[in-house]
Amino acid sequence: MNWLTGVILALFFGLLIYAESDLPDSRAVTAPARARVVDLYIERSYPDTRTPNIVTSVLADYRGYDTLGETVVILTAGLAVSLILPRNSRRG
Amino acid sequence: MMRFAMNYYDLMTAALLVIGLYGMVGKRNLLKKVIGMNIFQTAIFLFFIQGGTKPGATVPVWDPRIASEAAGYINPLPHVLILTAIVVSVATTGVALALLITIYRRYGSLEEATILERMRKSS
Amino acid sequence: MRGRLHNPIVEGVSSFLVPFIQIFALYVITHGHYGPGGGFQGGVILAASMMLLRLTLGEEYEHRTFSPKLAGIVAAVGILIYAFAGLVPLAWGGNFLDYAHLPIPGLSSAELRYHGILIVETGVGMVVWGTLVTLFDHLIGSEP
Repeated sequence: MNWLTGVILALFFGLLIYAESDLPDSRAVTAPARARVVDLYIERSYPDTRTPNIVTSVLADYRGYDTLGETVVILTAGLAVSLILPRNSRRG
Repeated sequence: MMRFAMNYYDLMTAALLVIGLYGMVGKRNLLKKVIGMNIFQTAIFLFFIQGGTKPGATVPVWDPRIASEAAGYINPLPHVLILTAIVVSVATTGVALALLITIYRRYGSLEEATILERMRKSS
Repeated sequence: MRGRLHNPIVEGVSSFLVPFIQIFALYVITHGHYGPGGGFQGGVILAASMMLLRLTLGEEYEHRTFSPKLAGIVAAVGILIYAFAGLVPLAWGGNFLDYAHLPIPGLSSAELRYHGILIVETGVGMVVWGTLVTLFDHLIGSEP
């Protein structure tokens, strides 16, 4: 590891530590990471969908459109690999 | 001045990020760069998930003793995002490995310097 | 390149374990409503069982158990299931991916959304299963 890599890594680590002091305390009740929509998801998940698992109901029902796009991303990766590396159909 | 009383979750995340970045930037073997990318992604997953906890709350599965009280469950949104991100990272690693196999068959090596030298010689 | 491992312990144990792994994968997919699990996790476990068969029984068995062409078909059918679960409510008066307007008779709106989530998770499980088996086949099975 030459000195340029070491300098880059040290700068990166220093930047992360400096930025960490600016993060809001996400465990507090008034953090911006706890948007109001999350409380609505938790409160309305069981009456709306009769699904005890809130993560599944958010993934497949409230945010189902994002899951559809992400499934297409997985299919695209499989398609890309099958085009980059074709299987040889010879058995010899 | 910066606070030095940081909680250790953020320190561990920063350490893993630096290790992943070292793998991607400081190593010259292409496969080690892919591994560094995976370590970087894992650090991001851990950081997201630990940022969604609440004191005294339980997993986001409906519990009839807590019913609809939103303060009794942890934040389910980071879990949803990271579920997606994990499978996307598997797919990305698959495509990266396919490209590495193609490069190895074309140039015969996975070291950066050797590949660049053979590319210059063949062009 | 990958022959059959003529080792009776490895072949016997893996052939014995694969049905249990697949039943566990179906359990994980269908019990995603009640605990951790769902489509992604169950699809990965199903793909792992196929990879175990390919590693221990060799190439000549893979066309009998789960051929690479079938993996591509399964992935395509899975995404079509998801898309139709989104398009059918459009014809019955709802929005796109609005499971409350699925045409299943005799269920309340909340139970229709429950079944809509189950259909969608099955589709996602099939896509992940087919894609991971395709990734494995093309990474291992392509000859120089």
